[in-house]
Amino acid sequence: MAKHSHLTEIHEIFDLYDSMERKNIMLSFKGEISTELLTSILQIIENKLDRFGETSKVKKRMFNIMVECLQNLHHHISQPAMDAGKEMPSVIVMVAKNVTGYSIITGNFVEESEVGELKGRLEEINSMSRDEVKELYKSVLADGKMSEKGGGGLGMIDIARKSGEKLDFGFIPFGEDKTFFSLNVKVK
Amino acid sequence: MDSINIEGTPKTPTVKFDDHSGVLVIRGRSIPENSIDFYKPLIDWLEAYAEGNGEGLTLNMELEYFNTSSSKCILDVFKKLEHISKQGKSVSVKWHYEEDDEDMLEAGEDYDAIIDIDFEMVKVEEI
Repeated sequence: MAKHSHLTEIHEIFDLYDSMERKNIMLSFKGEISTELLTSILQIIENKLDRFGETSKVKKRMFNIMVECLQNLHHHISQPAMDAGKEMPSVIVMVAKNVTGYSIITGNFVEESEVGELKGRLEEINSMSRDEVKELYKSVLADGKMSEKGGGGLGMIDIARKSGEKLDFGFIPFGEDKTFFSLNVKVK
Repeated sequence: MDSINIEGTPKTPTVKFDDHSGVLVIRGRSIPENSIDFYKPLIDWLEAYAEGNGEGLTLNMELEYFNTSSSKCILDVFKKLEHISKQGKSVSVKWHYEEDDEDMLEAGEDYDAIIDIDFEMVKVEEI
């Protein structure tokens, strides 16, 4: 179970800020995700990339991957049972700038029963070459089936294809039947 | 036959058919969360077009971005065009992409490979 502590010491606020600053976090959000928030996050990132003078290619890639990551969160969130009926699902979204490019980081709770399939899919995508990922995208697209949540299973494949890097992910068991799924997508 | 005219929003593209030129244009961003709802009127319209007495159409795809939720619906649009073409009507697709946007070019090539209509790839400076 998570320990609930409060920010009792005022300097802890600075500590949180400082640790994000050191990791070059451009944007950070923890809480409930909504359609309105999703739109705002995209807008903020778009404006920042404009200010950084990024090429339209980088801007488009970032935008594309962010849309998929955020819509994934929106469609697939599952909250620990302890919060059932109390709070809406909480997620974390961060965007960091580093020397080689950007990182789009997300974290959310998934059902433990979903972990096997998700992990298998991610490992499969990571084992593929760029061309194989492209072919997989095409074959999943062409087979025409839509998943219940409307994603059609294309989201992660598209993220990997546009990123061009291996997907960095992890699963941390939480409580009885939940797992915290984190994903770090690198964009150059 | 009724025309189709949907104004674009920050998340959904403009969809317009010009009866005189026979040009259907899909322009802008397509990142709705529920793409099936957005594309349904267009899919229905294309279905009606296949049965109507229009002679044929050209689809100008001028997308800046689209999400994977839209990608299946866009495939459905092309499948309807394939059907229209099988009714003996002329159908052509012009897939526009910005000059440095290889992702959009590749996306067009993906559809071109799946669909039985030859796409014309049109490089533009800006969409």
